[in-house]
Amino acid sequence: MLGAAAFAVLAIIVAMLVTVFARAWPSFSHNGLAWFGPGGDVDAQLRAMQQLQPLPGHSVYWFRAWPLIWGTLLTTGLAVALALVIAVLAAVFLTEFAPAPVKRVVDPAVRLLAGVPSVVYGLIGILAIAPFVNSHLISQHRKESVTYVVQLNGADLTTATLILMVMILPILVAITADALESVPPAWREGSLALGVNRWRTIWRVSLRAARPAIIAATILGTARALGEAVMLAMVSGGRGFAANPLDGLTFFFEPVRPLAATILQNSEGLSNQPVMHTMYAIGAVLLVSAAMLSLTGWAVRRRLGRYGIQT
Amino acid sequence: MATAPLAPPTPVARSARERSGAWPLADRIAYWACWATGIGLALLTLAIVVFMLVKGLSFLHPALLFESPSADIKQSATGGFLDPILGTLLVTAIGIAIAAPLGVAIAVWLVEYGRPAALARAVESSVEIVGGAPSIVLAIFGLGIFAQGFLAFLSQRAANGSVYGRSFFAAGIVMALLALPLIVGSTREALQALSPRLREGSFALGKTRATTIRHVLLPSVRPGIATGAVLGMGRIIGDTAIIKILLGGLRVETVGGVPVLGLLRGTGSTLTTYVYEFSPAGEGNAPQKAYFAAFVLLLMVLALNGVVTWLTLRQPGGELPRKRWMDLWRLSAWTR
Amino acid sequence: MDPMMPPPVRRIAVDRDPRVAPPRPSANGVATGAVALPLKTARAPAAVVRERMSLDAVWLAYGENWVVRDVSLPVRQGEVLGMIGASGSGKTTLLRALNRLTEITEGAARAGRIALDGQDIHELEVNDLRRRVTMVFQQPNPFPMSIFDNVAYALTEHPERGSRRRRRSGAMRDAVASALQRAGLWDEVANDVDRSALRLSGGQQQRLCIARALAANPEVMLLDEPCSALDPISTAAIEELIVELRESIAIVIVTHNLQQAFRVADHVAFMHLGELVEYGPSEEVFNHPRQQRTRDYVSGAFG
Repeated sequence: MLGAAAFAVLAIIVAMLVTVFARAWPSFSHNGLAWFGPGGDVDAQLRAMQQLQPLPGHSVYWFRAWPLIWGTLLTTGLAVALALVIAVLAAVFLTEFAPAPVKRVVDPAVRLLAGVPSVVYGLIGILAIAPFVNSHLISQHRKESVTYVVQLNGADLTTATLILMVMILPILVAITADALESVPPAWREGSLALGVNRWRTIWRVSLRAARPAIIAATILGTARALGEAVMLAMVSGGRGFAANPLDGLTFFFEPVRPLAATILQNSEGLSNQPVMHTMYAIGAVLLVSAAMLSLTGWAVRRRLGRYGIQT
Repeated sequence: MATAPLAPPTPVARSARERSGAWPLADRIAYWACWATGIGLALLTLAIVVFMLVKGLSFLHPALLFESPSADIKQSATGGFLDPILGTLLVTAIGIAIAAPLGVAIAVWLVEYGRPAALARAVESSVEIVGGAPSIVLAIFGLGIFAQGFLAFLSQRAANGSVYGRSFFAAGIVMALLALPLIVGSTREALQALSPRLREGSFALGKTRATTIRHVLLPSVRPGIATGAVLGMGRIIGDTAIIKILLGGLRVETVGGVPVLGLLRGTGSTLTTYVYEFSPAGEGNAPQKAYFAAFVLLLMVLALNGVVTWLTLRQPGGELPRKRWMDLWRLSAWTR
Repeated sequence: MDPMMPPPVRRIAVDRDPRVAPPRPSANGVATGAVALPLKTARAPAAVVRERMSLDAVWLAYGENWVVRDVSLPVRQGEVLGMIGASGSGKTTLLRALNRLTEITEGAARAGRIALDGQDIHELEVNDLRRRVTMVFQQPNPFPMSIFDNVAYALTEHPERGSRRRRRSGAMRDAVASALQRAGLWDEVANDVDRSALRLSGGQQQRLCIARALAANPEVMLLDEPCSALDPISTAAIEELIVELRESIAIVIVTHNLQQAFRVADHVAFMHLGELVEYGPSEEVFNHPRQQRTRDYVSGAFG
């Protein structure tokens, strides 16, 4: 009977993999590897699918996901990079520099951040942050200079990345802080006894010892950021636009729409064949990314085990 | 040397933490950066909570908790959120009702049996994959399954004969997948933390493995199961993607005449989709209602947070051992 | 004897090994007089002996509990100061106070004066002090880095004249090699200094920790039971090393092992329950102790 339960979960996984990949296949087969490439306006392509009216010269399945992929890479990458720096500083603060009363306040505060549902973050983003960015950070001049291409309205890369960063911070902070506290006190004592100050001790010994944990935390954070659909759908600007770094500062205010958010925003039209296949294709890409992240984490931890660094 | 006890001296200096004043500039900058980050995060949390409090309570109307919503252009006529609250409770109940027994069974199988080893590894990996999959992917998977003809009894048929695929059943079952890895993980940890003497003692008394599990082990890991269940509840309550795809409605609508079955086959909404729909991202015409609903949602989730902390502190040893940071935080990565 | 015959079987519990002398019966359970320590090989005192640190009426406490009471001692370069005493006698705490390591514990208190070259150590910058007065711990604690990085650690972290020395420069390599040579580890690791330090054996790790402490040319070296976790061969190697180092560095060693103190130390301080019971040259303290408590401890009556 227990074995049946175990088999059940296996069956579910297999069913999920089979369903997602089988339904994703038509979209990939119609587009080939160019599915991942650039070409045309993603929104126009999706509209064509929803209305079942193919764009001239292409099949109804025609789809070029690059703007979405680029949007995902940008938001996830920037959010994780920023969150990593902030999380390490915060974790060091919690474990080393914070006096006990301060720690008692800051520690629960960070854990509380983890509990906020994404839709609440999305709400704050779209009703408070985006308008703020719109009125205070984007000048009228900038908006006019790009109106022929895209609307800048505060729901953009910056807002999305900032909120995403706040969402993944608690995971990174908690894991890093716990790992720093598990560093054998003998190392810390040994370093202090050699006349190395507290910060340099942490930097060269404790953080180094906590490296596998930090990497694992980064991977967890990346997986979280990758799968985030709701907040990004609310905040990131509704247009599948490939933000162009060459645009200079405007780059930060251009709308983006990551992969997961695209699925959510097209969830109404899932009964429509081409839309369905395309959404499943996006889902397949997300699944594969999540699986690859787990694998990377596992491999990295094994490599670092060589230097006797505990995991 | 005198043999009489000596009196301690009066001028006594207490040890002080190493001052950072004498450090090189780069190190001092790092020190202040750490302080700034720590205090900044605490302030950020405070800001979020206060913001939601102010916005939420500015349109406070306890009566709203008991009114049903209605779609209307005018904000004042859009009613309350009784239905979303019911929806949240219903979906959570279904999800945990399925995930808890299934999760405990899997955890017990993994820890107590686990043969053949390849199968155990496969099951472990499967649970991890489910835990790592974004909820939106689980949602579209669910839709794909439940839109099949043979599962029409779980939802309803649309006018053109195709299966609608969206219902409380569908949402609840997929929600179970969300909570499953948390329950499996928490129960597994609790089982592995049990002293082997417990099992040895029971076997030495001649009990079978099944009896041991039922009467000795499971009662001992009740806190672990409870922790996993509460974490799972938190994750379910906070999820929007699955509801939006598998329960796309507003008011609770039952299907067919059968009392409970009709409700489960019907559609509705939860607090999360309510907030989504009433924000500018959805139909978007009642931001203050959205704020209040979001505030209620936040309170529920924070209360669950508190329950988890209380439960984990109640376990023997007081605090969770440090080594389990990785598992704990994978467990509590809510709201994907 | 027929080479094909096995050696005679000895019943372990009943037959004693004839090569081992039978244990001496002790009168009423307590041995009187000095223990029969082997003759100490005559060791020439160091060429120059000068005082580096002085402790003046030092009191140390953890919280309200006074662990060290009114201790006054000199620490001299050119000799090894051994500190002996039972567990809880405060000798380790006193050692840690010499490089202000007691300060990393919350609630530690002190009174009295500890001076390095005449200067109160509490007026020095703490990291400066710890570079001049280094410590080797009971359990070897090499950092999770390569051997080279471990030894070079002190050097890369000590900005000299405002610049951090480059990690892989020639000067650094020479400094690391010389520290490893002084510690007696060079021959064993010369061709593979990039190996992880955690792969070394216990004795090698402890010598690595000594090399690490030596790398920055300290003036005083504090050793907290450095051989208690090691096998006899490693212990002998480290004891030789300590005797060699005393010429250039003032050494203070805390040890539980009376034979080791006898072998290695020139002056011995015996502490009991926080008080300094007796201090003097090791020959005197061991063979002609003045205090009854010292006599009891040294003869093994308690400990």
